[in-house]
Amino acid sequence: MSEGITTACYIVASILFILSLGGLSDQQKARRGNLYGIIGMLLAVGATVFNASVGNYGVVITVVIVGAAIGAILAARVKMTAMPELVAMLHSFVGLAAVLVGFATFLDDTHTLTGAEKTIHDVEIYLGILIGAVTFTGSVIAFGKLSGKISGSPLLLPGRHFINLIILAACIVLGWMFIHAGEISVGITPLLIMTLLALLFGMHMVAAIGGADMPVVISMLNSYSGWAAAATGFMMSNDLLIVTGALVGSSGAILSIIMCRAMNRKFLNVILGGFGTKKSNASAGSAAEHGEALAITSAETAELLRDSQSVVIVPGYGMAVAQAQQSVAAMTQKLRDLGVDVRFAIHPVAGRMPGHMNVLLAEAKLPYGIVFEMDEINDDLSKTDVVMVIGANDIVNPSAEDEPDSPIAGMPVLQVWNARDVIVLKRSMATGYAGVENPLFFKDNTKMLFGDAKASIDAVVQAL
Amino acid sequence: MNIGIPKESRSGEKRVAGSPKLVEKLRNLGFEVSVETSAGAQADISDQDWIDAGASITERAHELWAQSDIIIKVNPPNAQEASHLTEGKTLVSFFWPAQNESLLKSIAAQGANVLSMDCVPRISRAQKLDALSSMANIAGYRAVIEAGNHFGHFFTGQITAAGKSPPAKVLVIGAGVAGLSAIGCASSLGAIVRAFDTRPEVADQVKSMGGEFIYPDIEEDGSGDGGYAKVMSKEFIDAEMALFAQQAKEIDIIITTALIPGKTAPVLITSAMVQSMKAGSVIIDLAAEQGGNCELTQKDQLIKKHGVTLVGYTDFPSRMAGQASQLYANNIGHLFDELCPQKNGQIEINFNDEVIRGTTVIKEGQLTWPAPAPKVSAAAPPSKKEVSKPVTTEQAKPSKAWGNVIGIAVVAALILAVGSVAPGKFMGHFTVFVLACFVGWQVIWNVTAALHTPLMSVTNAISSIIVLGALLQTGSDSNMIVLLASVATLITTINIFGGFLVTHRMLDMFRKD
Repeated sequence: MSEGITTACYIVASILFILSLGGLSDQQKARRGNLYGIIGMLLAVGATVFNASVGNYGVVITVVIVGAAIGAILAARVKMTAMPELVAMLHSFVGLAAVLVGFATFLDDTHTLTGAEKTIHDVEIYLGILIGAVTFTGSVIAFGKLSGKISGSPLLLPGRHFINLIILAACIVLGWMFIHAGEISVGITPLLIMTLLALLFGMHMVAAIGGADMPVVISMLNSYSGWAAAATGFMMSNDLLIVTGALVGSSGAILSIIMCRAMNRKFLNVILGGFGTKKSNASAGSAAEHGEALAITSAETAELLRDSQSVVIVPGYGMAVAQAQQSVAAMTQKLRDLGVDVRFAIHPVAGRMPGHMNVLLAEAKLPYGIVFEMDEINDDLSKTDVVMVIGANDIVNPSAEDEPDSPIAGMPVLQVWNARDVIVLKRSMATGYAGVENPLFFKDNTKMLFGDAKASIDAVVQAL
Repeated sequence: MNIGIPKESRSGEKRVAGSPKLVEKLRNLGFEVSVETSAGAQADISDQDWIDAGASITERAHELWAQSDIIIKVNPPNAQEASHLTEGKTLVSFFWPAQNESLLKSIAAQGANVLSMDCVPRISRAQKLDALSSMANIAGYRAVIEAGNHFGHFFTGQITAAGKSPPAKVLVIGAGVAGLSAIGCASSLGAIVRAFDTRPEVADQVKSMGGEFIYPDIEEDGSGDGGYAKVMSKEFIDAEMALFAQQAKEIDIIITTALIPGKTAPVLITSAMVQSMKAGSVIIDLAAEQGGNCELTQKDQLIKKHGVTLVGYTDFPSRMAGQASQLYANNIGHLFDELCPQKNGQIEINFNDEVIRGTTVIKEGQLTWPAPAPKVSAAAPPSKKEVSKPVTTEQAKPSKAWGNVIGIAVVAALILAVGSVAPGKFMGHFTVFVLACFVGWQVIWNVTAALHTPLMSVTNAISSIIVLGALLQTGSDSNMIVLLASVATLITTINIFGGFLVTHRMLDMFRKD
């Protein structure tokens, strides 16, 4: 296949990828967008397969079939509540692939470059492997934290900033050595050492970040996998990789920015680890004069809901943990049949990943027309009769607005206390991830429905 | 111990200090209950209802007073009733000790105990005992219904074939329990509700009940102790009156609830204002008992002046005897929960409990009113934090603008630096890279937040385009390279198939309706 045709295919593939991402602006257009992405990928791979550099077709075909099977099985069987873990795992694969391709390119001595071109090529290889390695181990640790295999609390080693700086400095020094290495056999050593350091750095960086900040971490790793692909593209002088990598990199960056804004924290602050360690003392003082939290039963809740005209449900990660989505959907259906207007309010950082709550609700067959983002529905809360908060804590904490000393100060929250009545479903009075007391529970118009979310809601459905 | 619930002696009083549910509760706590015959008749509770709940019926009032250890009433006792309150006996009722000092002293001299339901401390823990609030709630609601009774137009706006009728405009003065209840009721009937209070912090409460908070343009805060209002300065009062005068011209219904503890009610609606109101307007003066907020109010009367109906009834809770008795009985029930923690039919007037301490005005003949102020206040006064509230965002703006300019300058410098040393081919790729970043930036901001998770899975699948890099290495002679390339191909293929398929699965789940 001539280079001209290959390049033409790459251009079309790039366009299809851009259209694919653009389609995600709307639930109806999105399905077509996904199709565009698939076609683009097939086109790109198809155009490449006939390239002279591709060989060992037997191995390639076997590997593709095995990969396809594994991918399809994973996609079909993963639970929506486990989406964050799956995404983390897939990111790690991209990172690892970037590392492997980087090494393969380095060991390949068929292309000889000199001077500035060689230097740039070496830098590209170096960066590609660096980013890929960090993404790989970072994503593996993220996977561990999300699936509960590793503790969610941040691993704060003493002098961790120092450790990170040392690793960074070492990588720069090794980079210098690598670029000036004349031959492959010499250059391989600093490359391998750097890879090791990068793997460690990835692990350390993500381990130091608390479970509550996972949405930012996953978005960040999403971004890195893009930059790794772009670096690989530079390395191989392949524009399609560069374009795709840039698209994915920006996507992840934008998601990270959205997540950070939603938590009112600076990106660097999140990445450099630890959460709430500085000001957690402040919240202890304000815990004193709160008063009593009033309890309510499922039967009383059902009555309250039945008699209201507008209800807003605020789901949080706790709902996902309790696997209560289906029960919530059943309750919503019953209420809508009774003529009650039910809507959902999603905070940007609800759940462990951007958009996680929306997918869970969609899985429970709740129509997306009644699911609203925080900015769309916050003003309506004062006109709402009843708000049900299910398994959410920090995202409905008025301290974020009232107390400048709180660890969550300034974070935009759902102002549920403006509604006529608030019912909070919680297992107990324990604090959420931020470890902050929530004055919402003690407000006059708030009642607590204690117990497992799924059980409580099933009881409410029964009583309706 | 025996508990007696008499028929209310005060003329016109329809409430009774109990309910069948209360009788059951008291019996569960170990008490015996007797009720005077037809005590609940005007609250729709028959003698049989009392018997069914486990109480006994006493025919004669003085028998009930004589044989009961504890008497539960609504209003303060008259002199004859009070004479029964000898040593060892306890009275639970509204007492208004400030207005009934001589009665207080004479009962104290007899050695009895008196718990006054209007002296329950205003703290969160005692809210379930707070009979003042439950009665005020009823009064506020009933005021609106009463207003509707005398108001000749719809509350809610309507557009019908016969024409358009605008919604009624209601002004509620005082946003305490009664005021808020009135706001809620009027608003749910469809009226436009405006409310005023000297305490600006109740603005949110007013809004939440469906009203609009109005306030004169003056920086004075009327919050006194315990959540009550205090007397305001002359400037404020003048501004307040000007506001009312202006409102009076367009308001249809005024419901006033402004009270100051221990003092006569402030006069807020002058005769001139009433004259300026439209004919057919209504004023419900809930402060009539304490003198009235309107100059022309006559206590316990309904009069019409200047075309405006002025209602000065002081017995709104009694007019809703069924509801009021029920709620009052609930309050009493909660009080007895505190008084009889052992559930043994005996009461303990335990002064270590600040709720009981506040409520008790006479203990064993000793005057214990007024009680020391409770340690925890009802609503912690909000400090002036509103100014510092926009914590990080506002201050950052000016420095952000500079940060942007500097950032762009740095990036431009870097690009120039790279361009000066790099060969042409690289700059070609770099161009593509930079442009692609911009395209990505523009496109991704349009992605709806609801689809962020599919966005992540599809970008994952797309970034596996790295498979091209792997494929291009599979033709190498070196086995090591082929190995690396094959493994890379394997894992990226997993990503491609997994990513697109899981995205498809998720997008399929989204239903429109």
